[in-house]
Amino acid sequence: MLTNQMNRTKVVVVGNGMVGHHYVEQLRNLNANCEIVVIGGEPRPAYDRVHLSEYFNGKTAEDLALTTREHYEATGIQAHFGDEVLAIDREQKQVVTRGGRRFDYDKLVLATGSYPFVPPIPGNEHKRCLVYRTIDDLGAIKANAADSKIGVVIGGGLLGLECANALLNLGLEVHVIEFAPGLMGVQLDPGGSGMLRRKIEELGVSVHTSTATQKIEVLPDSDPHHLRMVFADSEEPLDTDLIVFSAGIRPYDQLARESDLRVGDRGGVVIDHHCTSSDPDIYAIGECASLGNFIYGLVAPGYRMAEAAASQLSDDKVSFTGADMSTKLKLLGVDVGAIGDSTGRADGVQEYVYSNAKEGIYKRLVVSADYSRLLGAVLVGDCTDYDMLLQYYLNEIELPEMPESLIVPSSDGAPLLGAGALPMTATVCSCLNVSKGDICASIDNGCCSVADVKSETQASTGCGGCAALLKSIVDDEMLSRGMTVNTDICEHFSYTRQDLFHLIKVGEIKSFDALIEQHGQGLGCDICKPAVASILASLWNEHVLQPEHAPLQDTNDRYMANIQKNGTYSVVPRIAGGEITPDKLIVLGEIGKQYNLYTKITGGQRIDLFGARLEELPEIWGTLSEAGFETGHAYGKALRTVKSCVGTSWCRYGQQDSTTMAIFIENRYKGLRSPHKIKSAVSGCTRECAEAQSKDFGVIATETGWNLYLGGNGGMKPRHADLFATDLDDETLIKYIDRYLMFYVRTADRLQRTSVWLDNLEGGLEYLKEVVIEDRLGLCAELEQQMENIVGTYQCEWKAAIDDPDKKKQFRQFVNSDKQDSAVVLVEERKQLRPATDEELDDNMIAKVS
Amino acid sequence: MGTTTTFREVSASTVLCTIDDLIENAGVCALFDGPNGEEQIALYYLPAQSPSVYALNNWDPLGKANVLSRGILGSLNNTLVVASPLYKQHFSLVSGECLEDSTVKVKTYDVDVIDNKIVLQGQKEATASLSLDSPNSAA
Repeated sequence: MLTNQMNRTKVVVVGNGMVGHHYVEQLRNLNANCEIVVIGGEPRPAYDRVHLSEYFNGKTAEDLALTTREHYEATGIQAHFGDEVLAIDREQKQVVTRGGRRFDYDKLVLATGSYPFVPPIPGNEHKRCLVYRTIDDLGAIKANAADSKIGVVIGGGLLGLECANALLNLGLEVHVIEFAPGLMGVQLDPGGSGMLRRKIEELGVSVHTSTATQKIEVLPDSDPHHLRMVFADSEEPLDTDLIVFSAGIRPYDQLARESDLRVGDRGGVVIDHHCTSSDPDIYAIGECASLGNFIYGLVAPGYRMAEAAASQLSDDKVSFTGADMSTKLKLLGVDVGAIGDSTGRADGVQEYVYSNAKEGIYKRLVVSADYSRLLGAVLVGDCTDYDMLLQYYLNEIELPEMPESLIVPSSDGAPLLGAGALPMTATVCSCLNVSKGDICASIDNGCCSVADVKSETQASTGCGGCAALLKSIVDDEMLSRGMTVNTDICEHFSYTRQDLFHLIKVGEIKSFDALIEQHGQGLGCDICKPAVASILASLWNEHVLQPEHAPLQDTNDRYMANIQKNGTYSVVPRIAGGEITPDKLIVLGEIGKQYNLYTKITGGQRIDLFGARLEELPEIWGTLSEAGFETGHAYGKALRTVKSCVGTSWCRYGQQDSTTMAIFIENRYKGLRSPHKIKSAVSGCTRECAEAQSKDFGVIATETGWNLYLGGNGGMKPRHADLFATDLDDETLIKYIDRYLMFYVRTADRLQRTSVWLDNLEGGLEYLKEVVIEDRLGLCAELEQQMENIVGTYQCEWKAAIDDPDKKKQFRQFVNSDKQDSAVVLVEERKQLRPATDEELDDNMIAKVS
Repeated sequence: MGTTTTFREVSASTVLCTIDDLIENAGVCALFDGPNGEEQIALYYLPAQSPSVYALNNWDPLGKANVLSRGILGSLNNTLVVASPLYKQHFSLVSGECLEDSTVKVKTYDVDVIDNKIVLQGQKEATASLSLDSPNSAA
């Protein structure tokens, strides 16, 4: 052990951005015999810089974080933040930080990234001249925007336009100043660039191209604005309140320069295919590295470099030989895609262009001289063809006879690139580096749905851009394996649950018998009956034990309690938000004592009473009901609990009254029957004590309102909920939840939790936003109305049952005797009762307890 | 098969309950104090079928609890079945066979509806052993 420790390779990683962090993860996964030291110049560990602008949409630094200090510590990694490395001592093999600390290394990894280039314009040092790179930069932009009306972005590239979007979201009048003749000149040809400009201007952004800023002047305090920009030529000056420079990046290679490592002509640490610098013990990865005089300014190539560099410390060495720079993104809501040689600069190339001014769509294909191969493409306004075109490009697939058919809309639709035509090596998901071969292997290993493949391979869990392609590959592969996907709910109905919901709703069908007579065959079964019972309840909300409904219910719903292994039931009264008075606690305790029930606290902040016999249930509920308890629906595919913390009422950190909100939500949706159970939680601040992000819908308080998270799950397949909307007021929050829940109830499969439903929803979270927030389907009013009906017709099922002798009668153990089930045998453990085990029963040692 | 099976009647007919005690399209449980001691009998009432009442022993041999009367009724490939409420295996209402595991079978009973009474016919005891694959010819 000791020798092992002494022989460990000391790896020091300088820089903890996305790529540096990825390197650490990779190295750790290799289980190489290493001691890893991370030194980050920023005060916080790695975060998601790609989604930085979401910081303005309510995401916090925590939301963007890729890791935490605690996580590093727990995995045995020494991490130091906020103390940047100032020098490398290659002789001693040490690095020295600003704080004077020295760290020994055997191998050094430079992942220092890049910094924003600020053009040398006089006046650019003013405190209202900012850059857009780190969370701290964003904080500064936000702070300065507070007393600003106009904001200028210098730079019309990809990042500049992202930044313009951020300023727009902050409510500013926005101007983009670009030195070159067009926006996004690196990726787009003049046609695409022009279309993008038009669309951006329609959003109210003023674009100034071929414009060079000469100087920035400070305006007197009496002036309504702070700064004046003076331009070359005869351009009018522009008054503004803040300026953000986003005119490209420069590799952060100062350390390398000062320690005499080779540096590229355009900056960047020169590396070989193993990501090794001119010093064999020093690697460089990401935006600070230069391979063949090229700086890869995207995250995916950075990740591939990190993987290659990490592999050098293992037996399985991988090379980095360059990367595809194709990219697809939404800039200010405009879809933009650029593939390969998008600007078509090479000699002898041919092109196809489709431009539609009315729809605002521009597409251009760059093809080889013989028209057989795709060399590049530009898409503006519509990126639906991106995935297909990218596959043609990456895999050098022969183009169809008329390549224009790929971009020109026709009544027959574009010829589809069959998923079967893709080679196994084709990269389907470039974020997570998943190939078609990986997907096929996962299907061979038993995956049989898009959701299965996603969770197995991680495909489409990054940007999600490959979702449609992934689905067509999965469908195609399943078909070619003869695996048909039968979506019929069972042999009695040739319909999906969603179809049945529609049939029942439109036909106003009120019973299972009527439905099977009109649309099914046979008698039904334990699959379709509970599913139909649930739909009937979601739509008409009649009592589950009404004579025509009772036989449809699964045993838990049928007896409104949860069956346990020995045939007894557990009882869970509703404790909304987990708030309960001492008096009510005493009632529960007394009932537990009286009926000899095993009592346990649940994960949903309630109390579960186990071991009630069937015939005892009405009596127990009589007492509970009298004490003011209502049924908790722990037995139903229905809303379960809304967990809460104590929020502003007690907690010194609380930002909103989370308990009151949780109780309100629980009481609003209690009794709603749904395809599967629904859990929720409300946290009073971002510390998230109620664990709302692991719920079907979670609410987290902010300074000004509530953030809504959807599709979370704990349990068997944990899924972090997605941030859906931010800073909502009470009314909007409830409106969105109403619509979301009803849309889920309408469209989900039987026993499909919201997490899987959302994963399978075509168009995913963005589509859900369009439906719920923008009312794209024109459904919102109806969804809300439906929810109002459910809320308005709520009754406590148990109270109704004990008030009705016919329903109460159903709880007899024997129709002809008052005796008890003699097979229920209990033993004592830790002063409570539990069912006897098989061994205990076999030993016949147990005295029956009744 | 070839096994000769004879039966010996060991008890007379017994009235278990009335038809009003049954629940349409679902099960209830009756206690029968018979020659072999107390037996729990699950009674299923399917008014649209003929016969309309079926009876199985209430013990779920896979779930190991007296719960079969609480299962959902239905048909699978034209076989009338009850699904165990514990682990959802299906048992034929006619033969008692488990559709998922042919080695498992629950006891069936002969019941009739006479003057709105549910009558359990004389309990018979097999005097020669039945081979496993032979159908229960007691009916």
